[in-house]
Amino acid sequence: MDYTIKIGGEAGQGIQTIGDTLGLVFARSGYHVFTHQDYESRVRGGHNVFQIRFSDHPVMASKDRVDIIVALDRESIVNYEKELTEYGQIIYDSMSLKKKHERQQFLDIPFVKLAVEHGGSKIMANTVAVGAVMGMIGMELEMLLAILKDTFKKKGEEVIRQNAAAAMAGHDYAVKQCIKCSFAAAPLAKPKMLIAGNDAIGLGAVASGCKFYSAYPMTPSTGIMNYIAGKETAYGIIVEQAEDEIAAINMALGASFAGVRAMTGTSGGGFALMVEGLSLAAMTETPVVIALAQRPGPATGLPTRTEQGELQFALHAAHGEFPRVIFAPGTPEQAFYLTNKAFDLAEKYQIPVIILTDQYLADSQWTYEGFDTGRLKYTDYRLRGDAFRNLSDYKRHAFTDDGVSPLAVPGDAKHVVVTDSDEHDEEGHIIEDAGTRVKMAEKRMSRKLPDIIKEIEPPHYYGDPEAEVVLAGWGSTFGVMKEAVGLLSSGRKTAMLHFSELYPLPATDRFDYLRILKAAKIGICIENNLTGQFARLFRAETGYEFTHQINRYDGRPFTLEYLTGEMDARIGRL
Amino acid sequence: MPALEDYKGGIPAWCPGCGNFNILNTFKEAVVELGMEPHQFTVVSGIGQAAKFPHYLKCNTFNGLHGRSLPVATGLKLANHEMTVVAVTGDGDCYGEGGNHLLHAIRRNIGVKLFVHDNQIYGLTKGQASPTSMEGIKTKNQPLGVFSEQLNPMTLAIALDCSFVARGFAGDAAHLKGLMKEAMKQEGFSLVDILQPCVTFNKINTFEWYRQRVYHLEPEYNPEDRVEAFRRSLEWGDRIPLGVLFRNNRPAYEKRISIIEDSPLVRHAFDISKVEAALKEFY
Ligand SMILES: Cc1ncc(C[n+]2csc(CCOP(=O)(O)OP(=O)(O)O)c2C)c(N)n1
Ligand SMILES: [Mg+2]
Repeated sequence: MDYTIKIGGEAGQGIQTIGDTLGLVFARSGYHVFTHQDYESRVRGGHNVFQIRFSDHPVMASKDRVDIIVALDRESIVNYEKELTEYGQIIYDSMSLKKKHERQQFLDIPFVKLAVEHGGSKIMANTVAVGAVMGMIGMELEMLLAILKDTFKKKGEEVIRQNAAAAMAGHDYAVKQCIKCSFAAAPLAKPKMLIAGNDAIGLGAVASGCKFYSAYPMTPSTGIMNYIAGKETAYGIIVEQAEDEIAAINMALGASFAGVRAMTGTSGGGFALMVEGLSLAAMTETPVVIALAQRPGPATGLPTRTEQGELQFALHAAHGEFPRVIFAPGTPEQAFYLTNKAFDLAEKYQIPVIILTDQYLADSQWTYEGFDTGRLKYTDYRLRGDAFRNLSDYKRHAFTDDGVSPLAVPGDAKHVVVTDSDEHDEEGHIIEDAGTRVKMAEKRMSRKLPDIIKEIEPPHYYGDPEAEVVLAGWGSTFGVMKEAVGLLSSGRKTAMLHFSELYPLPATDRFDYLRILKAAKIGICIENNLTGQFARLFRAETGYEFTHQINRYDGRPFTLEYLTGEMDARIGRL
Repeated sequence: MPALEDYKGGIPAWCPGCGNFNILNTFKEAVVELGMEPHQFTVVSGIGQAAKFPHYLKCNTFNGLHGRSLPVATGLKLANHEMTVVAVTGDGDCYGEGGNHLLHAIRRNIGVKLFVHDNQIYGLTKGQASPTSMEGIKTKNQPLGVFSEQLNPMTLAIALDCSFVARGFAGDAAHLKGLMKEAMKQEGFSLVDILQPCVTFNKINTFEWYRQRVYHLEPEYNPEDRVEAFRRSLEWGDRIPLGVLFRNNRPAYEKRISIIEDSPLVRHAFDISKVEAALKEFY
């Protein structure tokens, strides 16, 4: 079983509600689920899509071929009819769309009429649609009814009862009318967790003891702030909406200086404003975690679409020379654990750590058995309370062998804590002499860097150990690459290398990924950008040049068919 | 009790005769009289001659970027509201580069004390016009004179219902010390604009120029009358009022955040076992 459902319609019509509810039903039924969203930068109208793929085996990318289309507008029919699989079905309400389709792949379901008759209000048309989809694939409604109960708990028994009736009406209608439906749901399994990239970063921050998050709203990063703000009271976190991104990063630095774990998040335009603050974090050696959720640029670009166009920006942002770590998680699971690692490294080495994601990962939901909090690391590297009080002497930027000086909490002892964006001495006071400058630059960069590199895990390798074809990528292309390797392996020895701990590039001593690339006939770098930014970084750092590159830069993510089609074209040519 | 010697810092890199010296000495006296010890407060500053202030003192210090002292101070205060947080900046730093932060710090009413060394000029970068430069003055970069209207920080702050708005003068130390102490005691955001002659680049607004114009607000003056405060704040030119122009009792921002009611954020321990509950929400 491997089905894809596409829900299309205008913003505000409830695509999100239908998609979220179905996703939850499938995850709780124990299926593997992958969802992704494609929406316009507007609050009402336009045309948006929520796509759900679910299966009894792991799924981690979207497909172009669709089994069920829930068409809430005419555009969904015009645009996607051609994507239907052989036995695919489009469900729609001819009364709402004011158009009737007679061909056999169409199933006219009066969503609104059934909602009014059974639920008592046309608001429940979406619940009818959810019920109908479940009827089409032959699923019972218990799981859905339980979810409706949770969702409408606050609205009371009557609303729950009405929605249940609406769902049943849609379900029964589809069961009776969809004579062409040949879908068959797999048996239920243990419920799975369903989580999107942004929520995973937010959860990762909460689970890492983040106490302060300051940001200015910007798609696609806003979901992180939403998540953490929702946890403000339960977990004792201050979330501050700053007046701009410059303030956001400076506030995070102020909070971090005061002694708490602090984070900020934004997208490219906001990150551009943060750049001077990034440099300040480096100079003052103040730990900070920055989530950078990419969208297509330049400037405002395509605000709600996806791209991996800011790798080189994240690498080079800010003036001056200093160490930074960049993570590019490929899945919500990686996003969760890497956010934890980002906090750990930021605090341990007193450096800025950037978590580079994009709209595709931010909004995509994946299913898991669960996350293991036992794998999380929490070490308080700060000098607090008695440990600080008992020191006879304290210098914020004291020279040490590894370049890391004790990071004290101001106010906890009589010693003062001083830092400066100007070059400074060990105490933190402004200086201009060349000797101190040299020692400080080396302390910040050269002394810390070897230890930082040791922390970086090798890339994820998957596929044939003797691969002739190696796909390489970073960030959100993880899932589509992995599925593509599975499909392509039948023809040719194929493998993938995925870099989620992106910079510094992992050393090759533990796992020699360079040897693998050099041994392969074909090394293809896959990137959601025009110029191949990772390929460029890779060549600069290792000297290896990929034989091929596949780039997509239309603001849309790679789908399985898109990637394998491109692969076939490249490999076929050789 | 702390003494003046406890506050000895580095040797100032200011021009001889600069108004900044008076402000520094007055500040030291004020904190000594308030019984504050060096580790009990943090000075956050930006960039400029004024912003070098904390290096010439002994205290916790975050000397950040040009224009950005207020957001740093805000983050610091939210993370540890038991710490007294003072922001020391210049007129360019605070009213120019960091103007947006000032508006929002006042709106939030974060419990930060802002002292602006207002010399009506960019000192460190050698004499360009600042937002408080008077219309018409000529500089190397404004050879035809300044066309923009002079910013009046007092009027601006009163318009925003700032919880404490005062003007002091570097040449009137005793009075300035009183303002500093009152500002420190105010719960919410305090702005003290300090007229500070720049002996090198501002040949117009000199000690003498200010002395001829400044006067103390009369004892009957009521700083809680916002309309009168607004009217009085407009005075500039022949007569320039010194003193607390306006104050109110708006609660400080940090006092409204329930999670730090009992103890500052920095003292909250992290309990990883509580995370399981958040994980469950995803099933
Ligand atoms: C982002 C940035 N822009 C410009 C500067 C250069 N700069 C340093 S101080 C300053 C103006 C200082 O004027 P003011 O704040 O009034 O301080 P003063 O020196 O007069 O005390 C400027 C423009 C800088 N350091 N950073
Ligand atoms: Mg100035």
